[in-house]
Amino acid sequence: MTCVHAAHTAARSGLFNCHSCGLLVRRTSMAGRVHVRCPRCGARLHFRKPNSITRTWALVIAAFIFYIPANLLPVTVTTYLGSTQSDTIMSGVIFFMQTGSWGIALIIFVASIVVPIAKLTALSGLLLSVQRRSSWRPEERTRLYRITEVVGRWSMLDVFVVTVLVALVRLGYLSTIVAGRGIVFFAAVVVLTMIAAMTFDPRLIWDALEKNDESIAH
Amino acid sequence: MATTQTLIACHECDLLHRVQSLPEKSKARCSRCGSLLYVHYPETIDRTLACAITGLVLLVIANLYPFLSLESQGSILETTLITGTIILSQESMAGVAILVLFTSMLIPCVLLGALVYVLWPMKRGACLPASRRIFRLALILRPWSMTEVFLLGILVSVVKLAKMATIIPGTALFAFLALVFVLAAVNVFLDPRTIWERMDGWR
Repeated sequence: MTCVHAAHTAARSGLFNCHSCGLLVRRTSMAGRVHVRCPRCGARLHFRKPNSITRTWALVIAAFIFYIPANLLPVTVTTYLGSTQSDTIMSGVIFFMQTGSWGIALIIFVASIVVPIAKLTALSGLLLSVQRRSSWRPEERTRLYRITEVVGRWSMLDVFVVTVLVALVRLGYLSTIVAGRGIVFFAAVVVLTMIAAMTFDPRLIWDALEKNDESIAH
Repeated sequence: MATTQTLIACHECDLLHRVQSLPEKSKARCSRCGSLLYVHYPETIDRTLACAITGLVLLVIANLYPFLSLESQGSILETTLITGTIILSQESMAGVAILVLFTSMLIPCVLLGALVYVLWPMKRGACLPASRRIFRLALILRPWSMTEVFLLGILVSVVKLAKMATIIPGTALFAFLALVFVLAAVNVFLDPRTIWERMDGWR
């Protein structure tokens, strides 16, 4: 390691970049061992996240499937003066629009509908581009990944709203709010997409740009 | 162990960079993909430790006092922070209940506790067993601490219920609000690279 050029990556130099603590560990010192662990923090070392594409696809497809019942099934069932009303995520947004709370309607719409769909589309697009070894705008694709990773958590909003609603509006009073099945699927979508963003390895975007990358093991 | 301290690889595109000393409160970004490489925050250990201890105290307050109360037709219904979790688990939604309990309370608690466990002895130049493992756990848990999303969820619920009842904020709500800011401050002050390098000195 005497000279570092612009396209010199850790993997091509035979260095593991620890996912957890960022320590660079030379491969030669670990020869012959199946699972190499970081000498500093103990995390398992890989050149790239293991089976990144397969795992991310599995999680993305599962999230797509769960997204359908998450939107079709009710997330809350409200009983008010003997009449029962089931609300899905979208009907919750419409409720806020009708009552004039446009800001809140927009927040829920973005967090519960736009973000999950955008996230699943972005991850699918990134996976396809990596599989086709595309060299199209790697910087923008990396930025897209970074945004996907950061905004995903905000989709949990609806799960928390339902939690607070069921806690506040309980049996024995004028009105009761009970959680609907939809929220289970919705929570699953949020968790699956968050894990999917974590299993995707953005370095694969850049690996496609390098012609001679036989040195990269996995 | 063949380690290279003067170099750092980008976590998003794997490009190698030479580590340069940064001015205070600045960030180094990757020259190829623009992702964050490392930060330099002065007194990262003291500041993070102060925030972590504050956060733990706030978590205790948030769990001892009433969180939100709902007043409807003269009767008052009091809730605490974990009421929602309990109700959800009674409605056979244990999975969602556990998810909410973890992301809004247990994970922030473990995260702050882990930081105190590692940083307090570090300040005195000591090291408790399994510090590296515990600090790694804290870093893994960071994205799963969602107190700020929970706070937005409370706001949305209150707007939704405002027309049918009066919502009275409790002491715990203010403690929780403060906790959100404290956790955000931890994210700003915490410079993992400096802390890992301090741990290197122990070997």
